[in-house]
Amino acid sequence: MSSDSSHLRSLEAESIYILREVAAEFARPALLYSIGKDSSVLLRLAQKAFHPARPPFPLLHVDTTFKFREMIEFRDRTAREAGLELIVHTHSAAAEGANPFKLGTRKCCQLLKTGALLEAIARYGIDAAIGGARREEEKSRAKERVYSFRDAFGQWDPKDQRPELWNLYNGRIDKGESIRAFPLSNWTELDVWEYIALERIPVVPLYFAKLRRMLMRGEMLIPLDYDVPPAPGDRIETVLCRMRSLGCTYCTGAIRSAADTLPKIIEELRGFRRSERENRVIDHDQEGSMELKKREGYF
Amino acid sequence: MRDLLRFTTAGSVDDGKSTLIGRLLHDTRGVYEDQLESVRKASRDSNADGFDLALITDGLRAEREQAITIDVAYRYFQTPRRKFIIADTPGHEQYTRNMATGASTASLAVILLDARRGVLPQSRRHAYIAALLGIRKLAVAVNKMDLVDFSRDVFERIRDEFAAVAAKLEVEEPFFVPVSARDGDNVATRGTRTPWYEGPSLLEYLETVEVEPAGSGGPLRFPVQLAIRPHLDFRGYAGQIVSGRLRVGDRVMVLPSGLETRVAALAGEEICPTVSLADHIDIGRGDMLVDPSAPPSVGREFTATLIWMAAEPLRAESAYLLKHTTRQVCADVRSVRHVMDIRTLDPGPAAAELRLNDIAEVEIETHQPIFFDPYRENRATGSFILIDMVSNRTVAAGMIIEQVGEKTGWPAEPPAPPGKPPHRGLTVWFTGLSASGKTTLCRAVYDRLAARGCRLELLDGDTVRKHLSKGLGFSREDRDENIRRIGFVAGLLTRNGVIAMAAAISPYRAARDEVRASIGDFIEVYVNAPLEVCEGRDPKGLYRQARAGRLPAFTGIDDPYEPPLKPEVECRTDRESLEECTAKVLAAIDRALERSGAF
Repeated sequence: MSSDSSHLRSLEAESIYILREVAAEFARPALLYSIGKDSSVLLRLAQKAFHPARPPFPLLHVDTTFKFREMIEFRDRTAREAGLELIVHTHSAAAEGANPFKLGTRKCCQLLKTGALLEAIARYGIDAAIGGARREEEKSRAKERVYSFRDAFGQWDPKDQRPELWNLYNGRIDKGESIRAFPLSNWTELDVWEYIALERIPVVPLYFAKLRRMLMRGEMLIPLDYDVPPAPGDRIETVLCRMRSLGCTYCTGAIRSAADTLPKIIEELRGFRRSERENRVIDHDQEGSMELKKREGYF
Repeated sequence: MRDLLRFTTAGSVDDGKSTLIGRLLHDTRGVYEDQLESVRKASRDSNADGFDLALITDGLRAEREQAITIDVAYRYFQTPRRKFIIADTPGHEQYTRNMATGASTASLAVILLDARRGVLPQSRRHAYIAALLGIRKLAVAVNKMDLVDFSRDVFERIRDEFAAVAAKLEVEEPFFVPVSARDGDNVATRGTRTPWYEGPSLLEYLETVEVEPAGSGGPLRFPVQLAIRPHLDFRGYAGQIVSGRLRVGDRVMVLPSGLETRVAALAGEEICPTVSLADHIDIGRGDMLVDPSAPPSVGREFTATLIWMAAEPLRAESAYLLKHTTRQVCADVRSVRHVMDIRTLDPGPAAAELRLNDIAEVEIETHQPIFFDPYRENRATGSFILIDMVSNRTVAAGMIIEQVGEKTGWPAEPPAPPGKPPHRGLTVWFTGLSASGKTTLCRAVYDRLAARGCRLELLDGDTVRKHLSKGLGFSREDRDENIRRIGFVAGLLTRNGVIAMAAAISPYRAARDEVRASIGDFIEVYVNAPLEVCEGRDPKGLYRQARAGRLPAFTGIDDPYEPPLKPEVECRTDRESLEECTAKVLAAIDRALERSGAF
């Protein structure tokens, strides 16, 4: 352990405790695996929590079909190597051509992410969905419980949350209701990267800077993975850049960066003055838009 | 070495708490620029004056609209010395439960006072709750000093007034600092407008204050979260060391059995290992490994400070679920000794009821034993929550004061009065579905007989399966074997003048009849409640697990229950009160003992 990581070991112990509580208290938990850095950390913690056994729950990926190709490859390899069941669920509307250009990002997200997640929870009878969300990420998440109660429609009521004291989590639910459990609640983006470096956890290469061909729209760098309808003023350039946060290709902007190693990313982050979700188009649709999505059942 | 400090913040409405936190985050660069831009935008939207730092923290739309913080929010920032987690809790009186929530995981509290208003009733309450939740360090920020011309007199008057409040509480001498959260004086860096103040800034204090690492002191407590059994050659118990140390070779006591063994191996991480033991002892979730030279209290009755957190008041007649460490049991609040008067911080009179935000000293009785320490000695093994079984809400938070009643309810100390037995032996066999009320009824009868001085022993199915029938499963053969073993022990006891009370599902008629035939002095109590009722009660969540396919061959679900054809007593626990049922069983016992000429 490096001399700078005692706080990481405290966070690790808390997360492992939460993962074991979920495994012990619920009949059908699943780990919401979204392939990003937080999911990678979450998976590593789950492996530690139950070692030498395998984590006693499957991975669930809600695939919007707009994910980066590198992400899908990484996901399949990771699940195979971990020896875990991987459930991939895509909303029925995706096949009918739902996409952000047609629907707008807000509706698209509502359907392909929130809708699909609720569909999957119902279809697989999941009573506890473990997610990698962190309270630091966004204002409404700062008030989220570690065990976040969702009603039978998957909705979150921020004004009526169960008090959560010490580490005594109340997981009592009735049929159809569910709990979203967030073992990484107290981690920051910097903690996540420091832990990835400490534990040498593999992450999707998109996080590392390299020269990439990108669509330039104003200040935004949009990946060219899928056919983005052109807008006036768009141009295509090769840019040294990396992803700070991974969502769907269209909604995840890249940042200009030369950080191509973990130490460089951590160094860059310590100097960063902008939040990681800034490049997520969806969060900016409307003031307080994350809270609105969460009320509807988004993670 | 960078460590972690968790602190909570409390202040009354308009004391400027959100602004102070906004200032701390802003000055330690804990706010991102794009979030600040969003705050600037919202500042215009909400007609606040210019740039409102409070909006950094007041996250939810609902609170923006009401311009007050309505729930606990967690904030993060770091300096080269420390990582900080702030539990930001609202000052409005009706949200006291949130303040307790924030304080429960914190080791320090920052209490905010408005220089113009001084110490308010709510400030006392905040200090009191922080101390109650085990926080020993208070940092008092006297805010809005810019509005009182940075007056030294004002600061010192408020300091002395608050120090008098703190002296009545179990806290160390507080740290006091005059600040202007709006302008930043003495928050992150020392300001020039308080030349008379020579102490550190608030942040300097937070960076350097020594707080004992949580759960380091005290004897070993290791609540087991779950057993890990990947294959036949490995059996480990995963949990968190909440106090003390655990090393390979250490002797440990296993609760509830009280058996002692050694630690054979430790796997995983230091604070949350998976423990393998030298002896093959059956251990599951809710059990605890402890230091054999300093075990915790083991029992069902204790006093506690309770913070009522629900809109619906305490119902004295109904049982609640009590969650303590990794154990969940049923519990009754037997009496409310007194409700605290929050204005005087003195104990008030006894009360029949508890309402939202009441803080009271109560007596609690759990239906199964728990393993606990006083909260002031150990936060992890002294804390619990109460959950309403119908609404599933968390209705109260509790801190154990001390054990009452008998010192060791568990492991059972057999009463061994000398001389001639006062009565002949008898086996009283309670049969019925899981959650039909066997153990509750059995215990009630036990208490009544114990009060008469009878020689008694209790054979509870759940307990027996951990010892006598350890390793047996739930196949028909194993169930029969389990019943035979309980029957054998009950027979020995009966022969020696003991009233042996067995409570076991014992689903098969033939097995029960076999026991009856071999003992002779035997009465059968059919504890009868319809399956739907039992499933609705489901105190251990077994039916739920069975329905989910996790407990195969569960009686009533996918394994039959064969009711007795001619039980001596039948109790309908869904229709008859516990008192009625107890009386019926006692009458049957008396008849049986009279018949055999016992009394």
